[in-house]
Amino acid sequence: MHQQSLTALAAGLSSGSFSSVELTRACLDRVGRLDGGLNCFITVTEAQALEAAHAADARIRAGAADPLTGIPFAHKDIFCTRGVKTSCGSRMLDNFPAPYDATVTRRLQDAGAVMIGKTNMDEFAMGSSNETSYYGPVKNPWDVTRVPGGSSGGSAAAVAARLVPASTGTDTGGSIRQPAALCGITGLKPTYGRVSRYGMIAFASSLDQGGTFTRTAQDAATLLAAMAGYDERDSTSVDRPVDDYHAQLDAPLQGLRIGLPQEYFGAGLDAGVGTAIETALAEYKKLGATLVDISLPNTGLSVPAYYVVAPAECSSNLSRFDGVRYGYRAEDPRDLEDLYTRSRGEGFGAEVKRRILIGTYALSAGYYDAYYLKAQQVRRLIRDDFLRAFEQVDVIMGPTTPSPAFRLGEKADDPVSMYLSDIYTIAANLAGLPALSIPAGFVNGLPVGLHVIGNYFAETKLLNVGHRYQQVTDWHERVPAGYE
Amino acid sequence: MALDARDVEKIAHLARLGIDPRDVPEYTRNLSDILAFVEQLNAVDTTGVEPLAHPLEASQRLRADIVSEPNDRDNFQSVAPQTEAGLYLVPKVIE
Repeated sequence: MHQQSLTALAAGLSSGSFSSVELTRACLDRVGRLDGGLNCFITVTEAQALEAAHAADARIRAGAADPLTGIPFAHKDIFCTRGVKTSCGSRMLDNFPAPYDATVTRRLQDAGAVMIGKTNMDEFAMGSSNETSYYGPVKNPWDVTRVPGGSSGGSAAAVAARLVPASTGTDTGGSIRQPAALCGITGLKPTYGRVSRYGMIAFASSLDQGGTFTRTAQDAATLLAAMAGYDERDSTSVDRPVDDYHAQLDAPLQGLRIGLPQEYFGAGLDAGVGTAIETALAEYKKLGATLVDISLPNTGLSVPAYYVVAPAECSSNLSRFDGVRYGYRAEDPRDLEDLYTRSRGEGFGAEVKRRILIGTYALSAGYYDAYYLKAQQVRRLIRDDFLRAFEQVDVIMGPTTPSPAFRLGEKADDPVSMYLSDIYTIAANLAGLPALSIPAGFVNGLPVGLHVIGNYFAETKLLNVGHRYQQVTDWHERVPAGYE
Repeated sequence: MALDARDVEKIAHLARLGIDPRDVPEYTRNLSDILAFVEQLNAVDTTGVEPLAHPLEASQRLRADIVSEPNDRDNFQSVAPQTEAGLYLVPKVIE
C-alpha cells in the first residue's frame, strides 16, 4: 500500500479496496519502524490520526468524500495545529501547543485528509540542510550520511522514504524545491499569495509560501487544489479563483517554449547534475517542446539580495518571541530586559541568531538605505528579468540545486557556502513566481531535481509540464534501498 | 564591511538577543562574511529603480473596522508562561 501514489490510494479508498484506518495504520507502522533512522517526525499524532481515519471512512461510505478524504499526510511543523505541539524546529516553541489552526490545516481537515504527525525542519525554516533543527538533523533516505535539504527536510524525507504519500512544506528561498530535489520527489512552490499564510509561522513575510511534497505532479495537483485559495485572514492572500489543476495535466507539450537561462548552466554546477538536466531537456524535445536560450542577467544578485531581505523580515517577525505570551521563558529573570534577552538567547539557535543580527543591522538607523532599500531595488531588477523572459518562453528550466545532497556537517560551519546551495531557487521567491522540482535522474546514486519556473499563477502549466515528463520517465518511481 | 566585537554586542542589544560572550568572536566572523557577501549589491547601479516590497505589487487590503473575532483570551493565555486574572505577568518594571 505504501508504494502507491496519492492518486492510486484515493482510488483504492473510493473503491473500498482498503479503508483509511488500514492505510493510516500502515503509515504509522512504517513511521514506527523506519523513522528512528531518519528523524523526519517531531511529533506523531497516532490517536488523532486514527480518529480522523475512522471519520474519513464514514464519510467515504456516505458517498461524501473529497479527493483527499482518508489520505494520510504529514504537516511541516511550521503550520499551527490546534492542541498539537507546533515547534517550528525550535526550543523557543518546544512547549507550544498551538491554540488555533492554520488555514492550511483547517482546509486539509475539511477535505478529510488524515494528519499523522508534524515533521522536522530547520529552526524557523532557516537553513538548507535541516541541521539547524533543535530536534537534530533529518537523514536523507538515499544515503543517511547526507542531508535531506531544508528547511522542509522532514517533510521531503518522509515522502521519499514512503512513510506518507504527501506532506506540506513552506518555501522562502527554496525550502520545498531544494529538499524535494535532494530526496528525489516532486515539490511545488505556488505563486506568492496563492496559499494562505495564516497560522503558518512567519519567517520572511514577503517571500514565504506554503506548498506540497508528493511523488508525482498529478498528486501535487490534488493536494494544492485543497490548500489553495483566498483567505481574508492573510493580508497578502490573492483574491482570485483557484484554477482546476487537473484540467491540463495531459495536454500535449507540442510547441511548449522552454527557456534555458545561461546563468543556470555555468560555473558552480556539478557536471553530473548538468548531464542529468541535459538528458531531461532532450526528453522534453521529444515531447515536442522547443528549447530557447535566454538570459536572466541579475541571477548572481539573487542570493545577496535575499540575505538582506529575508533576515530583515525575520528580525522583525521574530521579535514577537519575547518570553511573555507564549513559548520559552528563561528562569528567574532579574528584570524585563533580562527576561527578553535571555529568553531569546536561550530559546533560539545559532543560525536564527545570525539572521536576527544581520536583519537588525540592515534595518538599523543609518544602514537601512544601504542594505534593505538597495536589496529591494535589486529585487525589482531580478523580477523584471523574469517578466522579460516570459515574453519569449512559457516556462524556464534548469537544475534545482548546483549539486546532489551534501554530507551532514559539510557546510554547517560556513553560512555563505550553505546559502549558495539555494542559488537557483531563491530568485523565484524574490519575484513571487511559482516553481516545481521534479526527479530527473541520479548522480552516484543521489537524486537530481529538474527545476521548472512558471509565470504568475501558471501552476496548471507547471503541473502539466511535470506530469507529461513523469508519464515518459520513471525517476519519480525509484525508491531508496531499505524503503521498498 | 567588517564588524568588530563591539558592533556585534550593540546589534545583539538592539535585538534584545542574549549572546554568550564566548560566541561573540564567531558571530563577528560570520556576520562580517555575510555582509562582505551581500556587498556585491553595491556594484549595481540602481539609480531610479523603485524598491519592490511585494512581489505582486499589491497594497495592503483594508476592511471595515468591526469586531470579527470572538474573545478567546483564556485559550490564548493557556499557552502563556505566567498569567494572573487575565493578565500576562512579567518582572516588576517600576519599583
